This record gives sequence, structure tokens and C-alpha cells, in this order.
Amino acid sequence: MQQEVFTSAAADGATAPIETHAVIIGAGPCALFAVFELGLVDIETHLIDILDKPGGQCAELYPEKPIYDIPGLPIVTGQGLTDRLMEQIEPFSPTFHLNQRVDQLERLADGRFRLVTDLGQEFITQLVVVAAGGGSFTPKRPPLQGIEGYEGTSVHYSVRRIEDFRDREILIAGGGDSALDWALALQPVAKKLTVVHRRDKFRAAPDSVNRMLAEVDSGEMDFLLGQVTALHGDNGQLEAVTIRAKEGESRFECDTMLPFFGLTMKLGPVADWGLNLHQNLIEVDTEKFETSEPGIFAVGDINSYPGKLKLILSGFHEAALMSQAAHKIIYPDQKLVFQYTTSSSSLQKKLGVR
Amino acid sequence: MAKITFIEHSGAEHTVEVEPGMTVMESAIKNDVPGIEAECGGACACATCHVYVEDAWRAATGAPEEMEEDMLDFAFEVRESSRLSCQIKVTDALDGLVVRVPEKQF
Ligand SMILES: Cc1cc2nc3c(=O)[nH]c(=O)nc-3n(C[C@H](O)[C@H](O)[C@H](O)COP(=O)(O)OP(=O)(O)OC[C@H]3O[C@@H](n4cnc5c(N)ncnc54)[C@H](O)[C@@H]3O)c2cc1C
Ligand code: FES
Repeated sequence: MQQEVFTSAAADGATAPIETHAVIIGAGPCALFAVFELGLVDIETHLIDILDKPGGQCAELYPEKPIYDIPGLPIVTGQGLTDRLMEQIEPFSPTFHLNQRVDQLERLADGRFRLVTDLGQEFITQLVVVAAGGGSFTPKRPPLQGIEGYEGTSVHYSVRRIEDFRDREILIAGGGDSALDWALALQPVAKKLTVVHRRDKFRAAPDSVNRMLAEVDSGEMDFLLGQVTALHGDNGQLEAVTIRAKEGESRFECDTMLPFFGLTMKLGPVADWGLNLHQNLIEVDTEKFETSEPGIFAVGDINSYPGKLKLILSGFHEAALMSQAAHKIIYPDQKLVFQYTTSSSSLQKKLGVR
Repeated sequence: MAKITFIEHSGAEHTVEVEPGMTVMESAIKNDVPGIEAECGGACACATCHVYVEDAWRAATGAPEEMEEDMLDFAFEVRESSRLSCQIKVTDALDGLVVRVPEKQF
């Protein structure tokens, strides 16, 4: 389910560099709570996530499953927790930059940081909070022999521009929302479009299923029952695939394939930023949750320290302590007074409850 | 205790002792059986604990429920005998169960 996001900047095409106090890499539960803790100490935040929605694993992997160990919430679903966090951080109006991955992170001569996403959006920021969880959500690659060789030319896991698929003979593999949505979107430009799925049931929005079945009935697109087991072609150009069905194997001609088999988490670019890693996790201290690079913090599942538990509540605690250190960087001359949200009128003003 | 045998694609066999109540996936992870990844820890949310149940055991293990059947869409080379091993609870009736591990999880 697509959830409403306060402000979502430039989904397509980059704008001028964005200057800010803090960029949070990831928009999972720990990132969201970091917005709250940073907001309490007057630090403004921009969040970047490759997913099309906030909530990280909670929203993508188990939106409807119950979580029982969030303090004070005896039972809450993954989506429910995400919604509550979004409500909690609303007073701080963070900006979300979704559907894009942070590829580069480097320090500038003046001590600030420059980040660049895969869409070319640039950020200049005083501090960075890596809340990348288990890494970037990445489309699953079917373990078909030689598939790497076709990627980017004939095999695609996402569509940036529909026009790039004009006059192609497209095979879409899968039966979920992404498979059907893209089948419907690409059908008008494709020379021929076929959906191949292992069964005749689709785990997708009923409306998309009905529209797809109607187009199959009218002959605008084709549907095949089966699974792709091999790719055939040359030099990155797909010519056909083998499809295995109940009746046996057959060859099916197509020049383009889009497999949609869900997402998995891959560490991704986090590994390239020169941070000290320990078994693919970012090493931090337990006072400030700062990485080996001053000014770059890491909270949530992505960090590592003695005794670390990959639990949401650990990430919440880490965000609170990290924010104290972050305040010193953004406001070096200000003394931070410890305050409770219950009684501090200045905190309540920030939260908009006073 | 129930005995469960995992047969890898290469033919290598691993027989493990399992306490009833655990899932087949958990018994594989606990005993380091190769080829069962279980990225989501048994939440039926990743399909990387895919196994093929040997024919003789298919009646005893039963058919996947709807959520599991949906998740199997995200597994590779799904067959009639495919199950997600995190959704098979071990009982005494499954003592001797044999499952095959696919060549690749996604
Ligand atoms: C099925 C399941 C059940 C769970 N149950 C519980 C439970 O009961 N209790 C509990 O405490 N925990 C539970 N967890 C674990 C919990 O979900 C994680 O601890 C939590 O999601 C970690 O939050 P996070 O914000 O650190 O990262 P994540 O939720 O992993 O989010 C990280 C985000 O960062 C994004 N990202 C990474 N790199 C980049 C990049 N370079 N550019 C852009 N975006 C990037 C990713 O796409 C992702 O959306 C469960 C997990 C699963 C899978
Ligand atoms: S462990 Fe993830 S689906 Fe079974």
C-alpha cells in the first residue's frame, strides 16, 4: 500500500543540490525515529530510500505481521508501526526522497559531505546518518544461467522510461503487483507482450488482475502458464527463453524479459564509502553511534558493536544518543540541556502540542 | 525427537534430530544444512527456505496455505512438491521426513 508522504521531492530528474543539516540514508523504522530525536534538538532531516515508501523491512517484508516487542505497544503490525512513527515525526516535516539509492558519499574540503543518488540528485550536508538496515532493497535476480550478460540490454528489473520498450517483444515473469502493473503499462507500446506465471492465480490488486485478464481475453496480451528455466541469445541480446510447464518444455521467442520476483536486501553502495566494516556491518562506538568517519553516524540493523541486537528498539535507543552528538556538530556553541517531552515547554512547542 | 533428512542438489545428505514443534527450516538452520537461507527468519516473507518434499511424505506434510502459496511465487523452479520449510511444523508423524533442497534459492 502506498502511504502518504509529507513531501516527496523530485521522483524523476534531479534538481539543484539540496543543502541540509542531516541526510539519513534509509527510511526504515530506525531512520524514522532518528528524525524525531534529531528534530527535538533542532536538526532538519532529509531521508533517502530506494523503496517507494517509508518503513523499511516493516513496510516491505511484513506490513501485516504483528510485532510484540515494541515497548508500550503490546501488538502492532509492521505497517502499523510505520504509520505511528510517521505520525510521531510529522511536526518535524522531514523531506523524503524515495525510489532512489544513495550511490556516493564523500567528504568535501570544508568538512561537509556530498551525497549523490542514482537519479543524480546531490545533497550537501553537515552530517550523515546511515540507517541502511540490511542494505538496499534490490530486485531478486532469477538464478538463470548467464542472466548477468543480458542485464541492462534485454533483461530489466525496473522500468525508468516506458518509451525504451517500444516495439519490443516483451516477456514479463511473475504474478504480483509489479508484474501486472508493468504488463498493463507496457502493453500499449510493446510489439507483443506476454506474462508468464507458474499458476493462474495472481497476488495482485483485484483491479489489475481483472484488467489484465480482460486484455488477455481480447488478445491484446498473452498469458502463459509456466516458469522460465533458460535464456537463449547472443551478446547480451535475448532471442528466446525456455519455458517449463506441466506439458513439458518449450521455446518462446522474445527480445526482452522483465522478471518480478520480489525484493531482497543487498548491502550495496554502503560498502564503498570507506567506513570500517565488520562482517558487512558498520562499526560504531556505543556512546555516539559514530562510524570511523567523524560526522557519519550509523543506527539500526546496519551497525555493529559488542552486544548489538538487531531489534527495532535498539535502533530507537541508538538514535537518541546519536542525536546528542549530532547537536554538538550542528550547534557547537550551544549547550544542550537535558529535557523531558512531558515537561519541557520548548520541546512541546517543537512538537506542536503547546 | 524426529529425524529429518535434507538432500542437497549434489546428492549430499544431512540427517538431523528435531524436537517436535520446531519448523523444518529452523532444524536446517540450527544444524547448518547448506542451501536453506531463510532470510526472513521464518515469517513466510522471503521464499529462501524453499524445499521439495519427497512424494512419500507429501500427504503427511499437507498442502501449503494461501499465504505460503502466494510466497512460493517468489521462489525459483517451483514444483507440485514445493513447500516453504518455515511453514512445516515438525510433529512425531513427520519422523523420517525427507526433503530435497533446490539447486538455488533466489
Ligand atoms: C519478518 C520479520 C520480522 C521481524 N520482527 C521483528 C520484531 O518482532 N521485533 C523487532 O524488533 N524486529 C523485528 N524484525 C527486524 C526489524 O524489522 C529490523 O530490525 C528493522 O527493520 C531495522 O530497521 P532499520 O531502520 O535499521 O533498517 P531497515 O528496516 O532494514 O530499512 C533500511 C532501509 O534503507 C534502505 N537503504 C539501504 N541502503 C540504501 C541506499 N544506499 N540508498 C537508499 N536506501 C537505502 C533500504 O532500502 C531499506 O528500506 C523483523 C524482521 C523481519 C524481516
Ligand atoms: S524463511 Fe522466509 S519464507 Fe521461510
